[in-house]
Amino acid sequence: MARARAAAKPGGKTTKPDAKTGKDDLLGYYRDMLLIRRFEERAGQLYGMGLIGGFCHLYIGQEAIAVGVQAIKKPGDQVITGYRDHGHMLACGMDPREVMAELTGRAGGSSHGKGGSMHMFSTAADFYGGHGIVGAQVSLGTGLAMANRYRNTGNVSFTYFGDGAANQGQVYESFNMAELWRLPVVYVIENNQYAMGTSIERSSAETELFRRGASFRIPGEVVDGMDVIAVRDAAAKAAEHARAGEGPYILEMKTYRYRGHSMSDPAKYRTREEVDEVRKTRDPIEHLQELMARQGVADDAALKAIDADVKRIVADAAEFARTSPEPDPSELYTDVYLEAAR
Amino acid sequence: MTDILMPALSPTMEEGTLAKWHVKKGDAVKSGDIIAEIETDKATMEVEAVDEGVVEDILVAEGTEAVKVNTPIARLAGEGASAAAPAEPTAKANGAAASDAPEEQPAAEAKAPPTGEGPAAVTPAEPLRDPELPQGATLTKVTVRDALRDAMAEEMRRDESVFLMGEEVAQYQGAYKVSRGLLDEFGERRVIDTPITEHGFTGLGVGAAMAGLKPIVEFMTWNFAMQAIDQIINSAAKTLYMSGGQIRCSIVLRGPNGAASRVAAQHSHDYSSWYANVPGLKVVAPYDAADAKGLLKAAIRDPNPVVFLEHEMLYGVEFDVPDVDDWIVPIGKAKVRRTGADVTITAHSRMVGLALKAAEELAAEGIEAEVIDLRTLRPLDHETVVESVKKTGRLVTAEEGWGSMGVGAEVIARVLEHAFDYLDAPPARVCQEDVPLPYAANLEVLSLPSVEKIVQAAKAVSYR
Repeated sequence: MARARAAAKPGGKTTKPDAKTGKDDLLGYYRDMLLIRRFEERAGQLYGMGLIGGFCHLYIGQEAIAVGVQAIKKPGDQVITGYRDHGHMLACGMDPREVMAELTGRAGGSSHGKGGSMHMFSTAADFYGGHGIVGAQVSLGTGLAMANRYRNTGNVSFTYFGDGAANQGQVYESFNMAELWRLPVVYVIENNQYAMGTSIERSSAETELFRRGASFRIPGEVVDGMDVIAVRDAAAKAAEHARAGEGPYILEMKTYRYRGHSMSDPAKYRTREEVDEVRKTRDPIEHLQELMARQGVADDAALKAIDADVKRIVADAAEFARTSPEPDPSELYTDVYLEAAR
Repeated sequence: MTDILMPALSPTMEEGTLAKWHVKKGDAVKSGDIIAEIETDKATMEVEAVDEGVVEDILVAEGTEAVKVNTPIARLAGEGASAAAPAEPTAKANGAAASDAPEEQPAAEAKAPPTGEGPAAVTPAEPLRDPELPQGATLTKVTVRDALRDAMAEEMRRDESVFLMGEEVAQYQGAYKVSRGLLDEFGERRVIDTPITEHGFTGLGVGAAMAGLKPIVEFMTWNFAMQAIDQIINSAAKTLYMSGGQIRCSIVLRGPNGAASRVAAQHSHDYSSWYANVPGLKVVAPYDAADAKGLLKAAIRDPNPVVFLEHEMLYGVEFDVPDVDDWIVPIGKAKVRRTGADVTITAHSRMVGLALKAAEELAAEGIEAEVIDLRTLRPLDHETVVESVKKTGRLVTAEEGWGSMGVGAEVIARVLEHAFDYLDAPPARVCQEDVPLPYAANLEVLSLPSVEKIVQAAKAVSYR
C-alpha cells in the first residue's frame, strides 16, 4: 500500500505536447477556454455598466485549470470551488445564459437570482458551488467524497481552492480525514499567487503548496496551470489514484489572474509589468494555439468558426441576462425550507 | 482509621454500582492500588486507594447498586489521613480509557444537584397525556439517553442513507453513551469516529448531506460546535436558498446543550437563541424521553438541517415512552404540559421540569399555572402560547440561556404582537444571570434559573 510513499515530490514538469491528443480534443479545449475568457470579459463589462452588483471575481488567466480537469472528469464526479467560480461552471457545461443571468440577479439565473456570482450550483452538472467563505468548500468537497465512498460510486470529488484558502484551518482538518479514510478527493489548488492583495510570500511560511499534504501523507505535485494538457494529465493521474481507493491527491496549479481580485480591486500590489509579462509569455490560450500550430492542427477556419461561435454565445448570454426579469417578489420566501414528507 | 468513600466519576454522577472489590478484609493496600470497580449506566471505572493501610472492613458489598456518592464503602486502618477521603477514580486500563479531558463527563444519573436546587431535572407529578398518543398505547420507562439511541437505531434500520459521525460515537459508545450499541449493529461504515476536529467534520457531514446522504453529526457538546458554526449557518442553512432550491442538506446536528454541573463557562453555554435566529435551520429542544425520541426521528427524516439541542442533565432521567411502532413527534408544535388559568409559563429542554415544579408550588398558593413546553424553537409555535395568554393574561418565560436577545424575548415579542390587549401585566423573563457561568457551586446556583425564580416571577406578574 502507498502508506509509506513519498508524500510530496518537489519540482514539477510542463507536459510535452501530447501526440495522443487529437485535433478535436485540442479544439475543444480551445473553445472552452475561449468561452470562459470572453464570458468573463463580458461580465466585467456588465459590472462596469452596473448590471452586476456586489462582488465579481473573474477567472481570466486561469482558464486552463477548469478546462483541463473537466477533460478527464467522469459522469458523477463532482466539482466544488470557492467564489472565483464562473469558469468552473462553464467548464462543467452549465448554460452560459443561466450563469450570466445569475450574475445580473435575474429570474433566469441558475439560483433564480438569489445566489449571485459567488453562489451558483447545478446538480445536473454535478457542480456543488460556488462558496463564499474561503476554505469552506474544502470540507464540503471532502464530504462529497465521503458520500462517494459511502455509496461506493467510484466517483471523485474535485475540490478547488486558492492559495489564500490554503492557509485556512479546516483545509488541514479535511486533509487529515481524507487520508485517514482514504476518501476519493482531488484537491486542486489554484495558486494564482495573490490572496486578494497579499502575495503568497507574504502570507505563507511554506509557499510550495503541493507540500502542504506531506504531514498527512497525501501525495502532491506542482503543475503548470497555464498548460491545459499538463493540467489534464496531472488531473488524470490524481483522479486515478483517488478512484483506486488510494485516497486524496493534491495538485498545485501554478497560475495567474490577470484582473484584480474582484472588480473593485485596482491591484496596486503588483506591477503592470508583472501582469504583462505573464500575459505575453504564459497565456494559456495562446499556449494552446502555439501547440496546435506546432502539431499542425491549427486549422484557421476551425479557429475562426470557434471564435465566432463563442462571441455569439456570450452576446446571447449577456442579452438574456439583461432582459431576463428580476425574480418575482414571491421568490423571496421560496427555497428557505423544503417541505417535510409526512 | 480512614473511611473510603464512594467516588463521583463525573460532575453529574449521583450514585453507582459497586461492581467488584479487588481487595478483601485484612489486605494491605498502598496508594495507587486498584481496590474496586464502580459502574454507572455509562461507564466502568477502577478505584484506586489514596492512602496506605490495611483494609479493616468492607462496608458495601460487591454488586450493590445505587450506592450514593460519598457513602463510606470500606474502612482502612493505618497511618492515612484522619479525615474521610474519597477514593480516586481512574480510567479502566483496558483500552476503553476515559479521556482525562475536562470535557469528558462519563456517567450522569442526574436527579438532584450536589447543592441547592441548581441543575435539577424534575419529573412532573401528574403529566398530561400526550395529545399525539394513540389510544391504548402502553408506556415504557425509558431514559432520554436510550430514547435518543432508539430513535437513531430505528431510523438507521429504516434508511440506509442515515449514518452517525462524531467524536467517540463508535468504539467508545458515545461520550455520554447516547450511541451505545450502534457500532455493533451498524458497523463502522455507518457509525464513524471522527478526530477532534469539529469545523472539519461538520463540513464533511454537510458536504455528504449535499450529496444526498442523511448524516447525524454528534457534537460532544454544543459548546464545541462554535468551531463549526460557519458550516452550520453558511453552508447547511443557506445553500438551499442560494442554489434556488437545488442543493439539499438533510442533516441532524445534535448533542448536549446548556449547563451541566460545575463545568464552568466554556462548557455550559446554551445556544438556543443563536441557532433559532437563523432561517434555513430548524431548532428542536426536547424535554422528556418521548419527545426526544419522536422529535429526533422527525428530525432525521426532515429534508432540512435540524439543530437538535439535548441536555446532559436529562440524559439519565426516565420518562414514559409510548411503546408503538414508529413514534414520531412533529417538529414545530409546542405542548401544553399542565393546564392552568392564572399564568402561562413557557419553557424548553430542562427548564420544562423546573417550570412544572414551580407550577406545583404555585398551585399550593392558589395560582394555577399553564406550562407550555415549546419543544421546537424554530419554527416557533407561538399560536399555542398566544392562545394560552389569551386565557391567563399573564406570561413568564423560562430559559437556561441569557435573557438578552433570547428565546424569552422572542416569545414575549410574539405575544405582544398577537395578544397585547389580553395581557394584564408586563411579561417576565427567567433566565441565566448576565454573566459567564461561574464554577463555584454557590455562584453557579445563583446564576442559573431555578424553581424559586420561576415561582417568584409568576407571583410578580400575578401581583402576588
